[in-house]
Amino acid sequence: MKRNLPAILLLIFAAALIVVGIIMHQPGSVLSKAVRICMECIGLG
Amino acid sequence: MDRKKRRTGIQAAAALIQNANIKGFFTGKIYDGATKSVCVPGLNCYSCPGAVGSCPIGSLQSFLSGIKFRFPYYVAGLLIFFGALAGRAVCGFLCPFGFIQDLLFMIPFYKKNRFKIDRYLRYLKYLVLLLLVIILPMTFNLTPFFCKYVCPEGTLSGLMLAAADKTLRAQLGPLFNWKFILLLITIVTSLIVYRPFCKYICPLGAVYGLFNRTAIYRMTLDKDKCIRCGKCEKACRMNVDPSKTPNSMECIRCGECVDTCPSKALYLGIKKRP
Repeated sequence: MKRNLPAILLLIFAAALIVVGIIMHQPGSVLSKAVRICMECIGLG
Repeated sequence: MDRKKRRTGIQAAAALIQNANIKGFFTGKIYDGATKSVCVPGLNCYSCPGAVGSCPIGSLQSFLSGIKFRFPYYVAGLLIFFGALAGRAVCGFLCPFGFIQDLLFMIPFYKKNRFKIDRYLRYLKYLVLLLLVIILPMTFNLTPFFCKYVCPEGTLSGLMLAAADKTLRAQLGPLFNWKFILLLITIVTSLIVYRPFCKYICPLGAVYGLFNRTAIYRMTLDKDKCIRCGKCEKACRMNVDPSKTPNSMECIRCGECVDTCPSKALYLGIKKRP
């Protein structure tokens, strides 16, 4: 437990950030960007 | 099964799971299901016809380059989550682009994995992360600089889409040519140097490297057992010396040093050394 304490604290922090992101509907923003072809990514500008 | 084969198997399975939309490779249409609201751990462009998840670096940039700034809580949370669990083991086991480079390095060709400027070139990925992923997209809105001007993963996706879609093929221009040259350089260099993109350019590797010391899955060195023979350093293709820095930011946790160590001084795992 002591060995992994920093990692566990980071995981709790990460979970908190994810929850805040979900409350702010950020997964929806990720989805809306990802379901359309990203012209910049594929090199079409 | 030995560690090398097991890792290759995990890498293949991870690449397949993250690109499970096989139909897309033939139709040239990208997947638009709900799973794309989740970022995958590795570098896997969301415009790859097979992708069923989102690229964390692409998603991060889309938040940072928005006209109205929004802190990317969700994407940052996922990056920290993957990093705290596995650090750069993500690069070694779960990243499809890392897997491609591993396969390329297996091809018999002239190899030169150790050279003088290697240690300086490694800092480039931190510059790429700061400049192309964070600062420039925040300064010049709506331009994901890393994806647009560098990412060879995206170019590979573009090639696959263009191969299946005549309309896209007709639109390929100077930007694509630039990115195609970068992709070719990455491919040719990967035949000679082990994982050049991961070592010198990848901003995702730069992020996960920060977690290597604290991640749950990490390495321990028993200094009493270490006989300082240098075999681990010679075995490491990421040019790390595990006897000095077992949790170096460059280590992708392939575990070859662990297998090479004659005194079993190195241990890689999630629990305390047995």
